[in-house]
Amino acid sequence: MSRRAREHKAWRFNVGAGVILLMLFAASGCRGSQNVLNPGGSQASHISNLWWFYFWITVSIYCLVLIFLISAIIRTTRKPFVPAGSREVLPTNSDEERRKTIFIGAAIGLSLATLFVLFLADLFTGRSLHSLRAADALTIKVTGHQWWWEAVYEDQVASNQVTTANEIHLPVGKPVQIKLASHDVIHSFWVPNLHGKKDLIPGHPTTLWIQADKAGVYRGQCAEFCGHQHAHMRLLVVAEDEEYFQQWLSRERSNAHIPETENQIHGEKVFLQTTCVMCHAIQGTVANGKVGPNLTHVANRRMLAAGRIPNARGYLAGWILDPQHLKPGVQMPQHNLSSDQLQALLDYLESLN
Amino acid sequence: MKSGFGLLTASFLILISGCKREDRGFRVSAPAANAIQAISLDPIHPGGASTDELIKNDYEENAYALSEGKRLYSQMNCVGCHAHGGGGMGVPLMDDKWIYGSRPEQVFATIVEGRPNGMPSFRGKIPDYQVWALVAYVRSMSGLASQNAAPNRDDHMHLGPPESSREQQSPKDVPPTK
Repeated sequence: MSRRAREHKAWRFNVGAGVILLMLFAASGCRGSQNVLNPGGSQASHISNLWWFYFWITVSIYCLVLIFLISAIIRTTRKPFVPAGSREVLPTNSDEERRKTIFIGAAIGLSLATLFVLFLADLFTGRSLHSLRAADALTIKVTGHQWWWEAVYEDQVASNQVTTANEIHLPVGKPVQIKLASHDVIHSFWVPNLHGKKDLIPGHPTTLWIQADKAGVYRGQCAEFCGHQHAHMRLLVVAEDEEYFQQWLSRERSNAHIPETENQIHGEKVFLQTTCVMCHAIQGTVANGKVGPNLTHVANRRMLAAGRIPNARGYLAGWILDPQHLKPGVQMPQHNLSSDQLQALLDYLESLN
Repeated sequence: MKSGFGLLTASFLILISGCKREDRGFRVSAPAANAIQAISLDPIHPGGASTDELIKNDYEENAYALSEGKRLYSQMNCVGCHAHGGGGMGVPLMDDKWIYGSRPEQVFATIVEGRPNGMPSFRGKIPDYQVWALVAYVRSMSGLASQNAAPNRDDHMHLGPPESSREQQSPKDVPPTK
């Protein structure tokens, strides 16, 4: 096989692989926990309806244009060849001219009408997105940090406030007000299955109303480049029935589990006497750091490090000893703990449910 | 020809220094964690003076480490007592007066050991390499760190000039007032 033929084959293979990948990618777009087209709430349905409306209109226009283009090419090739310079090049035929003018005018009118319809659809979708409101709604203050999410469930009674991180729970079928703020740089709150994006701009608090109608776990992602670990700034939204939600909330309100076993007691000491206590808070202990995520009920969370790793003992150990390996640039420093200290600390953290 | 060669060398040197400035060491060991053994605040020594080796803190030439120092300065609440260098409950850090020494290892010891009349000991609470970043930043407040690498803007409103354009103070040792 000549070099050229081999290159051609390789090129064809690449294109084929690309097309298959693209198709897989498109097929995977129909489900999933981080997907605009798989709505979990009324607002996301509005957005996905609008998306499909735009999609079908633009696809049909594209097909129409292609049909006209192909028919024009066929008709032109069938016409007899007219040599350049002959008088036949620009025939005058007022009837045909008039027909063409009417046709093109109608096409322009149709285009304008279509654009106007799209505009109206957009407008009404925007209106229904912003009409979600409720008095006495649950209010969650979500603050973006480099690179994690802090969530505070607001309450009139200060001791009922719940602070958690990277995982928010919502009651199904109820509008929830999300107050958004940023601690450092611009972030963007985006849970595609529930709503569109909303930027978090430092010094400019905003609000967003969301409602989950289907119970499930949805994934969110920071949607505005915010530094080295922007891609690892995810959050989980757990939508659950009112009863389960209230159970979760009351457990989150309680103080941290009091260590029982010898190892857990040692672990609490390690936590309070080494670097952990400088940044993290555990309600019910003297740990009251505001720099890192609140760890009062960390064992209940599904993920660690803003969705970077699952919440399991081995991952947690790796994360404590060398977070810079898992998430280079993260603000959590490396720790030199002895294996006794580490095991005790893991026992303690795993007991915080 | 000669000047051209000189220019080339100079620009190469500038490029090299730039590499160090922008280097982001995420997994680093502290520049001189053992230095604390050699620190003395007193010039009188039994059996003759010990060799007074100067310790160099590489973080003073690294923009990332200095900005990390700046972040830690407020996150670890240095700012609570020393304010943004002007002092308050604690001593000012942007002037030329140093009670416990201005050299990097002396500032390191002050942070790690704590000092009388209020400065707590941060031993075991801040990893060594972060203390060294703090040391670099604290020294940059009075212009003692590299002006090319010191922070030149602030995320919040700041009344004074940025650390990168502070006038370099010549440190003076002063005894504690009380």
